[in-house]
Amino acid sequence: MDTYQDTVFKLKRYWADRGAIIQEPYDVEVGAGTMCPETFLRVLGPKPYRVAYVQPSRRPADGRYGENPNRLYKHQQLQVILKPTPDDVIEQYLGSLKAIGIDLSKHDIKFEEDNWESPTLGAWGIGWQVMLDGLEITQFTYFQQCGGIDLDLAPAELTYGLERLCAFLQNVESVFDIEWAPGFKYRDVRLTDEVQFSVYNFETANVERLWRLLAEHEAECKDLLKQYEKYPEKGRFPVLAAYDQVLKCSHLFNLLDARGAISVTERVGVIKRVRDLAVGVAKLWADQQSESEGAAA
Amino acid sequence: MSLDFLLEIGTEEIPHWMIPGALEQLRKLDLLGATPEVEATPRRLVVRATGVPDRTPDTEQVVKGPPISAGDKAAEGFARKQGADASALRKSGNYYELVKKVSGRAARDILAESLPAAILGIQWPKTMFWTTRDGPRFIRPIRWLVALLGEQVIPFEIAGVKSGNVTRGHRQLGASAIPVTIASYESELRKNGVILAAHERRHKIEKEAADLGAKLDGDLVETLTYITEFPTAIKGDFDPAYLALPAEVLTTVMRHHQKYFSVEDGAGLAPHFVAVMNTSGDPDGLVKHGNERVLRARFNDARFFWDVDQSKKLADRVDDLAHVTFQAKLGSYKEKTDRVVALVKELGGNAHAQRAALLSKCDLTTEMVKEFTDLQGVVGGLYAKVQGEPEPVWRAIYEHYQPLSMEDSIPATPEGQIVALADKLDTLRSCFSIGLVPSGSKDPFALRRAAQGVVKILVEAKLDYKLGWLAQDGLYEFLIERIQHYFREIRGFKYDEVNAVMASGCGTLADVEARLTALAAVRPTENFEPLAASFKRIRNILKQAEFQPSQPLDPALLETGPERDLHSAFEKVRAATDGSPYLDALGSVASLRPRVDLFFDKILVNAPDARIRTNRLTLLHQLLTEFSTIADFSEIVTSGDQKS
Repeated sequence: MDTYQDTVFKLKRYWADRGAIIQEPYDVEVGAGTMCPETFLRVLGPKPYRVAYVQPSRRPADGRYGENPNRLYKHQQLQVILKPTPDDVIEQYLGSLKAIGIDLSKHDIKFEEDNWESPTLGAWGIGWQVMLDGLEITQFTYFQQCGGIDLDLAPAELTYGLERLCAFLQNVESVFDIEWAPGFKYRDVRLTDEVQFSVYNFETANVERLWRLLAEHEAECKDLLKQYEKYPEKGRFPVLAAYDQVLKCSHLFNLLDARGAISVTERVGVIKRVRDLAVGVAKLWADQQSESEGAAA
Repeated sequence: MSLDFLLEIGTEEIPHWMIPGALEQLRKLDLLGATPEVEATPRRLVVRATGVPDRTPDTEQVVKGPPISAGDKAAEGFARKQGADASALRKSGNYYELVKKVSGRAARDILAESLPAAILGIQWPKTMFWTTRDGPRFIRPIRWLVALLGEQVIPFEIAGVKSGNVTRGHRQLGASAIPVTIASYESELRKNGVILAAHERRHKIEKEAADLGAKLDGDLVETLTYITEFPTAIKGDFDPAYLALPAEVLTTVMRHHQKYFSVEDGAGLAPHFVAVMNTSGDPDGLVKHGNERVLRARFNDARFFWDVDQSKKLADRVDDLAHVTFQAKLGSYKEKTDRVVALVKELGGNAHAQRAALLSKCDLTTEMVKEFTDLQGVVGGLYAKVQGEPEPVWRAIYEHYQPLSMEDSIPATPEGQIVALADKLDTLRSCFSIGLVPSGSKDPFALRRAAQGVVKILVEAKLDYKLGWLAQDGLYEFLIERIQHYFREIRGFKYDEVNAVMASGCGTLADVEARLTALAAVRPTENFEPLAASFKRIRNILKQAEFQPSQPLDPALLETGPERDLHSAFEKVRAATDGSPYLDALGSVASLRPRVDLFFDKILVNAPDARIRTNRLTLLHQLLTEFSTIADFSEIVTSGDQKS
């Protein structure tokens, strides 16, 4: 039986063999692999790109102090972006399942409609949840729009929920019982993380300060966005730094939400604040990309 | 010669609920007169036909030439221009003309041109692009195309995919490239793990599931028919300890979340489920095991939610509703609850109904409803029951979202009916008050459904609230529309009968129903339609005369004979129908027909003497007004109308 890390190795190898760059996780907190610049920004524009990476994704409100067998504050997603989408994308995807030891002739696979939308990112796509013997193991999306911008190509995004997938492969009831490496269970590696961050997210995070931080990161992002127009050398302008500020805002929003600090009426407003920033960044990035192409041509 | 036709649009998995609509459109595909037969699985939309002509017939076109008087030169010039010899011209009257042969076209060429647009022209609820932004849009990517006319491929291309004669089998059970002919197509698919005919898949699901003890459910069967190419049912088990959870919760998890059929024994739910796979078997029991594992996790969640939710009673959650938004401009569910409680009181609801209204939305704050939103109301009712609320209270909470559709039944208890009515009416009043009115296909707050629910409850529970008291202005008009819709579409009354009854006013809906029933019953009788035609005539006469009654009828001015006879018969019927059941009343009114006919036959309404004229118009006006309280007969479409 493969350990958790064996499965990750195999998936990375599989996609590397199909031309994907194997990236490392992004180093700012994100709620999903989609939010990493490797997805959010790279899907924009006409340049082909293939990338795969594992992204630890933080969802403060989903934490359960490590007491629920299936719910986690931070879970690991294996994110694959294929731009443009190859014609045999589904066959390639099914091949990845074979590569991690799933004999498809002995299982039931269904593609059930599940379109994806992120109001905070101004992004949406069309796709399915892939069901393996009744278990959702992958979210499969054809991106159509990101940061409010219609995409030139429609990249395919495959998001594997690694804990679910490995609990299935290893036939364990609780994700904490997954064998991560020989002799080490998921519990050994991550339980403390789950407990401490659940305490922080639900009990001890300083709400007032989080609001202040949100405002500060928002201001930093806005300041940056404002400077782009007059900046002489567009290619050097730190759009990526502005995007980090968006991610900070998004994570702070999630923290405040977990803390129960955002009323329903405020909620819509804060989501819009973050979306405006994300849309602003996407616009500049697209502009920067077309500038650099113009220069190269 | 005529040929067979096959088109297979090979796609990635199409959402099941959109497939029947697409097939309806493909049924209208233009195949040069041949009738398309359609079929589909999630990965293929198929059109087949026999008797497609191999080409369109040759035709002749007559081209008019110069006048004969213009001479030979002109004739030759004309012929040359048309690419013909002057000897081919013929004379028609004073002119030359040329009969040109237009060759028919090969059907294959015509279809090669028309199919791409026809395929991409299918309307879907939502489409996507998968090549480039400017590329074609379809419901999911098109990956292969089979297009055959007889033995030949109809050549065309969509999104880089060229049509051919190669199909694909089931993802796991079949080959990925299978050359076919029209004759071999369906059997080749079968050999490769695809049952093409939906009715066959449906039958297989129903039979196998029923054999395993499943409680069949039409909607779920339909869903599974269109998410599988080779359905096979298997039975799984769960720990009987979960049966301690309410059946509603277990069934929702199985049906809506996992698409399983539940299994019942004599005592109710049994600890089994039936899943339908998209493959031919489960030789090692891995699929059964996997599904059981998923279900166990789901049930565990549900049990956890149930336990957590019991730590705070519904009654202690009323204030929490202040934090749940009903609608941005309309405030929280707490405010909505306050309004609904007041409305229930106003509607005369008893203490139980008021209590149920107060608790009705509290389940929105529970973990169970956050996870299983379909169960709102039901969960509240179940919680109220275990928390010791009296039966009329918990039942009213349980059923207050009913009816969820026109087919769904209304709440069974009087308390449930009043709370359901007040809840829906409040939603309608509130939304209309801030201009959230449905328009066209836009109805984000499902106000049509709410209004339909109001109508259904009012009629079927025979509640005697007057519509004008429940609603005003725009909402009144909106409800009138829904009432007409209800009586026409759901109850099957003819549209003119509904119009006639509604034109006479809409007091309580029970009264509208009674008048409609009477009208529909009296309509086939011999006197009725002619009388309706006469009423229409009366209305037109009054309208043309711009008549406004200004004085009482003067019996002394009535002419002996048909006029006086009509008047006395009218007085008799008026006296007889006062307070009698609608059907009897309508029968009596219909019996007036010979008198009315005779009146119009013999009497000149437009009498020269102004006093007599006015008196006659007054008589007609009284007749119309008096008998229009049940229905406005002039709205009835009679055979005379249809001819004109």
